Amino acid sequence: MELNPPPPARRLDHASRLTLVEPPPEATTIPLTAVPSVVGVPSVAGVPNVAGVPSIAGVPDAAPVRAATRLPAIDRMQIEDVSLYYGTAEIVKSVSLPIRQGEVLALIGPSGCGKTTLLRSINRLTELTKTAHMTGTITLDGIDTQQLEPTELRRRVSMVFQQPNPFPMSIFDNVAYALREQARRRPRRAILREQVEDALDRAALLDEVKDDLSRPALRLSGGQQQRLCIARALAAKPEVLLLDEPCSALDPVSSQMIEDLIDTLRQELAIVIVTHNLGQAYRVGDYVAFMYLGELVEYATAQRLFSAPVKARTREYVSGAFG
Amino acid sequence: MSTTSATPTRRPTASAWRLRDRLGLALAWFLGLLFCAICAALIIYLAIQGINYLHPAMLFENPKIGYNQSESGGFLAPLLGSLICAAIAMLVAIPAGIGVAVWLSEYARPRALARLAESTVEMLAGTPTVVLALFGLVVFRSRALAFLSQSAGGVVLGKSFFSAGLMLSLLGLPFVVTSTREGLTAIPNHVREASYALGKTKIATIRRVLLPAVRPSVIAGSSIGTGHVIGDTAIIVMLLGNTYTLQGAGGLPLLSSLRGTGLTLTSYVYDNAPTGALNHPQQAYAAAAIMILLVLVLNLVVDVFARKARRQRWN
Repeated sequence: MELNPPPPARRLDHASRLTLVEPPPEATTIPLTAVPSVVGVPSVAGVPNVAGVPSIAGVPDAAPVRAATRLPAIDRMQIEDVSLYYGTAEIVKSVSLPIRQGEVLALIGPSGCGKTTLLRSINRLTELTKTAHMTGTITLDGIDTQQLEPTELRRRVSMVFQQPNPFPMSIFDNVAYALREQARRRPRRAILREQVEDALDRAALLDEVKDDLSRPALRLSGGQQQRLCIARALAAKPEVLLLDEPCSALDPVSSQMIEDLIDTLRQELAIVIVTHNLGQAYRVGDYVAFMYLGELVEYATAQRLFSAPVKARTREYVSGAFG
Repeated sequence: MSTTSATPTRRPTASAWRLRDRLGLALAWFLGLLFCAICAALIIYLAIQGINYLHPAMLFENPKIGYNQSESGGFLAPLLGSLICAAIAMLVAIPAGIGVAVWLSEYARPRALARLAESTVEMLAGTPTVVLALFGLVVFRSRALAFLSQSAGGVVLGKSFFSAGLMLSLLGLPFVVTSTREGLTAIPNHVREASYALGKTKIATIRRVLLPAVRPSVIAGSSIGTGHVIGDTAIIVMLLGNTYTLQGAGGLPLLSSLRGTGLTLTSYVYDNAPTGALNHPQQAYAAAAIMILLVLVLNLVVDVFARKARRQRWN
């Protein structure tokens, strides 16, 4: 199969949409002040130099096309030389990646290449597996995540899973659960109502469910359930959102809605998405990391990784993306 | 689609089956229908007897010592006795059973202890209740537990609603444990992880996600357990005293009844059966009909909630 240059349709669509609406309404809500210590750090300086890949700063088209219409990305997390093991098997081999607010990082690669394991290590969900252990460091705003309480870390770095997994309770309670302290029942429903509706609104679900928030969440359709899971994750006001193949169990229309959602959320959150769908990685990702057998093969802007991959393996893998 | 695939063969008709298959099928049908027939016969027979002998007044009248059946009163006391026993037993068995199930399913460390607990529950489920009753007599006659029953001349009798109820809770426990555990196992791991990913602790996840999710399973298991508790006779006869009415012990109104002896529908039926001490079969049939009714209602509850538990599915 020959290597086609990716069709620019959707990319242009993004650019034109964002330049027509000026300034983007979300832009004003970016909590720049929330992370004063990091703002000054030039974001590109933090990009690790993956062996063999030319420095991204040096590549003319490094910045994605739509980046021009956005505020500069802020470094939030750094994955530094991280290796992950299940028992003695090395699943992820010394991977380094930056995670920035305002950008979507897409992890792609064949099944079993360690991308989900890497994603789960970002908020220390890997620790739930008894045999798993990690070397290297992952920092959040410069602080080693190992220094943070897992509960605090996971409030700030939330995750949405492959299978929609709302809790078997009402739509309202699903979102309210994230807002309440551990197992408490307080604050009461009336007080939480505004926050719950806000979270549902940000997840683009409110209009469909606002008539009856007390409906059992498991009665929703698959796509609605997944957006509820995103709303639930957003309710806790996370700073980083991890998405583990969020669309793989959904129909195309629902997938499209989730992609649109990611597009709006990238302004206020740092987003990392694992996906098997290369088209999706291209559409939603600003930067794409290609992993193979636990190694990070190539890390570049979506534009460059799909149109001009440097490594042969990457070329092989992405060549089928836009056939 | 393609021409290479074999043309679909016709589904074999019954006559084309091998003889062994046909005999097997016939046997399955026969046994199925036989059990339905036995069950139907039991219920119809008891219903007819119940309608013949059961008077509403019997539900509100205590048993009396009488020479013939019409003078021997109703079974208010045994009915109350059954309900009290079931209440005590399940009040203990449900929380304990949920606790055991949660520990077995969510913690289960160290492994050896988990295996021990698991086989203990299994053994408990298989122990004849007569053995439980015998063991209960030893336990509840000890001086330390004298407050649970009456004492006479310095000897702890060990027979009371407390003793019987607590021993019956051991009978109900395995059903609660098994059903709750099944419910917990059916919850996919990513649901737990979704809760952890929101920054919740394990305890909070169990309390607010897992336990509400297994509620139908808990109710189903508890109902099965209640049915067995209500239906047990050995523990009642040996640990409840099997007096002909409820006999309180001591001053406090409710506590005295619970420390006192009494009887239940099962022991009432046992005593009034043609082979029993009292031999008033009409009373026995009437009480048995009530008991079957109770068990049918409980089974209905089990069915409804078991179905509810099965319907709760993550894709």
